[in-house]
Amino acid sequence: MREETGVSLEDVRRVAELANLELTAEEEPRMQRDLNAILGHIAQLNELDTEGVPAMAQVGEMLGGVAHDRGEMLRLDEVRPSLDRVQVMASAPDTDGRFFKVPKVIER
Amino acid sequence: MSLKDLEIESLSIDAVRQAVASGETKATVLAELHYDRIAREDGKINSYLALSRDRAMARATQIDEMAVRGETLPALAGVPVGIKDVLAMRGAPATAGSLILKGYRPPYDATVVTKLETAGAVLLGKLNCDEFAMGSSNENSAYGPVLNPKALDRVPGGSSGGSAAAVAADFAVATLGTDTGGSIRQPAAFCGVVGVLPTYGRVSRYGLIAFASSLDRVGPFTKNVKDAATVLQVIAGKDVMDATSSDRPVDDYVGALSKPVEGLRVGVPEEYFGEGLDPEIRAAIDGALAGLKTAGCVVKPVSLPHTKYAIPTYYVLATAEASSNLSRFDGVRFGLRAEEAKTLSEMFRKTRDVGFGAEVKRRILLGTYALSAGYYDAYYRKAQQVRTLLTRDFLAAFSEVDVLVAPVTPTPAFKLGEKTDDPVKMYLEDIYSVAASLAGICGVSVPCGETRDGLPIGVQVMGRHFDEGTMLRVAQAVETSQREQ
Repeated sequence: MREETGVSLEDVRRVAELANLELTAEEEPRMQRDLNAILGHIAQLNELDTEGVPAMAQVGEMLGGVAHDRGEMLRLDEVRPSLDRVQVMASAPDTDGRFFKVPKVIER
Repeated sequence: MSLKDLEIESLSIDAVRQAVASGETKATVLAELHYDRIAREDGKINSYLALSRDRAMARATQIDEMAVRGETLPALAGVPVGIKDVLAMRGAPATAGSLILKGYRPPYDATVVTKLETAGAVLLGKLNCDEFAMGSSNENSAYGPVLNPKALDRVPGGSSGGSAAAVAADFAVATLGTDTGGSIRQPAAFCGVVGVLPTYGRVSRYGLIAFASSLDRVGPFTKNVKDAATVLQVIAGKDVMDATSSDRPVDDYVGALSKPVEGLRVGVPEEYFGEGLDPEIRAAIDGALAGLKTAGCVVKPVSLPHTKYAIPTYYVLATAEASSNLSRFDGVRFGLRAEEAKTLSEMFRKTRDVGFGAEVKRRILLGTYALSAGYYDAYYRKAQQVRTLLTRDFLAAFSEVDVLVAPVTPTPAFKLGEKTDDPVKMYLEDIYSVAASLAGICGVSVPCGETRDGLPIGVQVMGRHFDEGTMLRVAQAVETSQREQ
């Protein structure tokens, strides 16, 4: 971890862009301060030697699952009713009833 | 009808079922009594975000008809239940405490909602929480904070603050919450109710708005341990709609409570009693341990040596997963859309800027940073490795003891605004809860007395993976010894 450098305002803007977030001019320095404080706390992890320790994505893999004929924990691949389109589209901000409508995708 | 407000205050699930079955009261009357109480008193607590009156009264009417016909009533017949607003209830608003989901009404039920209703529960409405379940005080809700019913100048804890407060204020007999890093156990401790974190995979998450998928769990809040066992029994089990749910058989949790705790080995992890633990909480835990010894448990010290790394590990992994899960909120399919945007990418950014609160943005940024090119190995992979070490700590401890007993929180409920300026300070609230979350084990917070100022104290009992039965047995022994004091 690169404790020595820290997160710059430029980093905050770059990460915000990656995350599709638009930060205001007031939010940027506050986020920079908070990220540096949190990352400073997280830097404690460097005290640990984790050479050769397996990475754990979730606990199931350490417990071992029940063996199945058709693969781990998966449901049968069979046709079943989906949600009703009218009900789903009722929640959409903009729709023609069949599709979600959005502003134009190609700029220029 | 005969049930008065006073009686609501100690109403257990068994009492409800028996009263409805015998005709002493009706499910419809009970639901109305709860709605009356909510209308009268929730204005100052702010626990409910939406009421589902039509659905509740329809189910209550069915239960009353079953009772009149003399049918055997299911486990939760007529029990008024509230649901945290991160879980889908068909046709009811589901905001997750966020502006970005304002107006969204999911067209389906979460599996736990279906299971509760099938078991006879009367679903009163949706409960306030920190935005996307991110927070330890309920101050991050876009719909205003929840206040602690036991002390109105204090937070109820978070993120399931509404779920804990609603049980504490008798606005429901039981509620559902979710716990990613402590969000059931901590508010249960702050509000003086029972809150259960089931083992990862024990309860279906279909219909849960995801925060961190390797950590999120659904569990009950109740007024006593037996009620918690009853609700857990109903909601536990394999669900074909959730591939992470386990198909291990579900134990008889209620039955487990009648077994004695004599001879059970109780571990006390020394790392949970260090600097920063409030002396009154420490004394209360010592009292609970003394009660367990009297009941015949063998109490012995154990070590979970990596405990201090749990918070930094959690805040890397949970935020990384959140940054991915929350990318779906973009204004296209549901909820809020920023209207002034000219292009699609502008619409994404403006919608998310207006729709997300500061804490959610902070976590998305942190998670995105931890996953971004050049930092993945240093943060995300490193944290995943430490997660293995933390889990091994628990597996080693559980080879020597049957359960672990520890505090839930370092302090009792704090004042509103006390920690909102300093995210690290707020995150340290989770110091005794996140390790169990990362390891996937089960845990429960049980009321264990009060401070001199009258603030509730909770004791945490943690159990082996899928051994909720033993955990609840010990929790009940703590509860019994409290009553006898």
